[in-house]
Amino acid sequence: MASNLKNIKWKHYVNYVVIAVLTVVFAVMSLTGSLSSSSIYMLEKIAIAIILSVSLSIVVGFLGELSLGHAGFMCVGAYLGGKASVLLEPIFGNDILCFVISIVVGGLVAALFGIVIGLPALRLRGDYLAIVTLAFGEIVRSVFMNSSRESFGGSLGLNTPRYDKNVLFIFAFVLLLICLAVTQNMIRSKHGRAITAIRDNEIAAKATGINVTKYKLIVFTISSFFAGIAGVLYSFSNYTVQSTKFSYNYSIEILVMVVLGGMGSINGAIISATLITFLDLKLQTILTGDLAVLQDLFYALILIILVIYNNAPALKGFREKYNFKTVLTKLKLKKAHGPGHVNDDEAKWDRVPTKINMDEVLSVDIQPTSHYTPDKPDKED
Amino acid sequence: MKLIETLLNGLSIGSTYAMIALGYTMVYGIAKMLNFAHGDVIMVGGYMIFVTMSAIANPIIGLAAAVIFCLLLGITIEKIAYKPLRGASPLAVLITAIGVSYLLQSTAQMIFGSAPKMLILLDLGNLEFGGLKIPVYTLVTLGCSVVIMIALSLFVKYTKVGRAMIAVSEDKGAAQLMGINVNGIITLTFAIGSSLAAFAGFFMLLKSPSLTNTLGAMPGIKAFTAAVIGGIGSIPGAMVGGILIGVIEAISLTIPAIAPYTDAIEFLILIVILLVRPSGILGKKRREKV
Repeated sequence: MASNLKNIKWKHYVNYVVIAVLTVVFAVMSLTGSLSSSSIYMLEKIAIAIILSVSLSIVVGFLGELSLGHAGFMCVGAYLGGKASVLLEPIFGNDILCFVISIVVGGLVAALFGIVIGLPALRLRGDYLAIVTLAFGEIVRSVFMNSSRESFGGSLGLNTPRYDKNVLFIFAFVLLLICLAVTQNMIRSKHGRAITAIRDNEIAAKATGINVTKYKLIVFTISSFFAGIAGVLYSFSNYTVQSTKFSYNYSIEILVMVVLGGMGSINGAIISATLITFLDLKLQTILTGDLAVLQDLFYALILIILVIYNNAPALKGFREKYNFKTVLTKLKLKKAHGPGHVNDDEAKWDRVPTKINMDEVLSVDIQPTSHYTPDKPDKED
Repeated sequence: MKLIETLLNGLSIGSTYAMIALGYTMVYGIAKMLNFAHGDVIMVGGYMIFVTMSAIANPIIGLAAAVIFCLLLGITIEKIAYKPLRGASPLAVLITAIGVSYLLQSTAQMIFGSAPKMLILLDLGNLEFGGLKIPVYTLVTLGCSVVIMIALSLFVKYTKVGRAMIAVSEDKGAAQLMGINVNGIITLTFAIGSSLAAFAGFFMLLKSPSLTNTLGAMPGIKAFTAAVIGGIGSIPGAMVGGILIGVIEAISLTIPAIAPYTDAIEFLILIVILLVRPSGILGKKRREKV
């Protein structure tokens, strides 16, 4: 038992623990009434943003495909989950069961759309997924925008039942923990290694027997499932769903969260989603009217500069010299990792001939009329 | 009568799309990247025409200024944003292109505001044949784009630089060994694509005078759709795809029941094409090599 505990890599569980502790703290704070309604609103938004960025991160950062329709999947989830809750409300009332069912409905419908969109696009290499998901986002938006007043509210939007705000954000955090558990366990499993293998070299991955299309589809479906769940949460958090919110720009904002956090880093996605959502809500009151565009400008610059800095082949030497870890090592804050510090087991190394005497090897005469015949076993002494 | 008018309208929309799609397809063929910012170069061209027109009220000078400005813009974007990433993963290039597109849109909004600018370039009036009423701009758009497309095809096929472009799109390494300046060719491709985008912006303003910072976003996506449907990397494919999308759009807009879903229908066609024939109508199938 003790050795089992020792073998657990604690850094894998840090994010669960931190989020769970924060959830409990905030829950207690809200129950005692020391949390203002605006901070509860912000916590909801942060939880939704983290779910979105983590779910996009597994597609962009781990699978290496670009999805530009994350807001579209969210939109599907928001409308269908919201509709489900509206239909179920007369039966269950504002009940947990109603909430859970609508969350599941929203997620599953979004996942279904993920399969439908992913099947044609993921069979192909290259940038097709980006363009197809972009197209999907626009289709979804125009369909819900032109829907009738009775079905999905059309351009006025769909009103959803009001849940107790104090409880809703706790549910959002629980869903966030579930999302984290699913994605992190997937990424750290055998399947996760197959997924990153596909990202690094698709042809080599195929050659080792990985079913590339299947894995791509699974990742994309899971990603759209959680986007749908985030959509349902969004619809409950705002009491209404309006299709104008789920535009291309929103997808880009989620992408900025993923890129800012670092591609292929779930913790990075969590931190940057929190940061950007916090800034968004704070800046909303400061930057009004045409000044709001400054924020978009800032996002665009972040995207360009970060991607060029992290990927440009010319900057490789610079990156290795000044990356976060080496700077920390230089400041003696972190133990250095490298070949010089590996503890060799000398006893083991003794037995391995480290130096091959070439003369000895070359001096062996190869006689064509040797007694050795490979078919018969060697002569026993 | 109505049908012929609709078809002509579709051809004119389609030739604008084809013009944009040409830029996409050439850049894709040669630099192997999806230039998301291409649609926004159209918008920049539109604003350039607007600025020039408010100084000198001559649409031809406006067009010339827009073409030159977009050409320089295309080269600048390529040098600053895409060139450092040559050899990096395609995903990185794609995200940078999105960043550039977003940057152009928000810069334009910051300079010109979000309210649409009204710009009437030329009132060309209508031609009437019996009962047939054809707006002249339709014919102008159609004529100009056909001339530009033929010129471009001839340029690529018969000039030394054009052949160098084909060589680079076939095999970059081998082209370099033959003494072709690959970086120069890629820059040239961006320059040509961006100046075509300026033409497209002119035609779009000729059709509807409202100018916003998202002018190029939707046509850009549709033109990419057209390029994929025609077969990405192929110049005649871009023309065929563009005209097809334009005609479908014009027909769908005349039927009231499906008019609000026009965009959805076009993208649905893209998804179906990718499912049935991923290389497009005129595209070549390419085998992936290690």
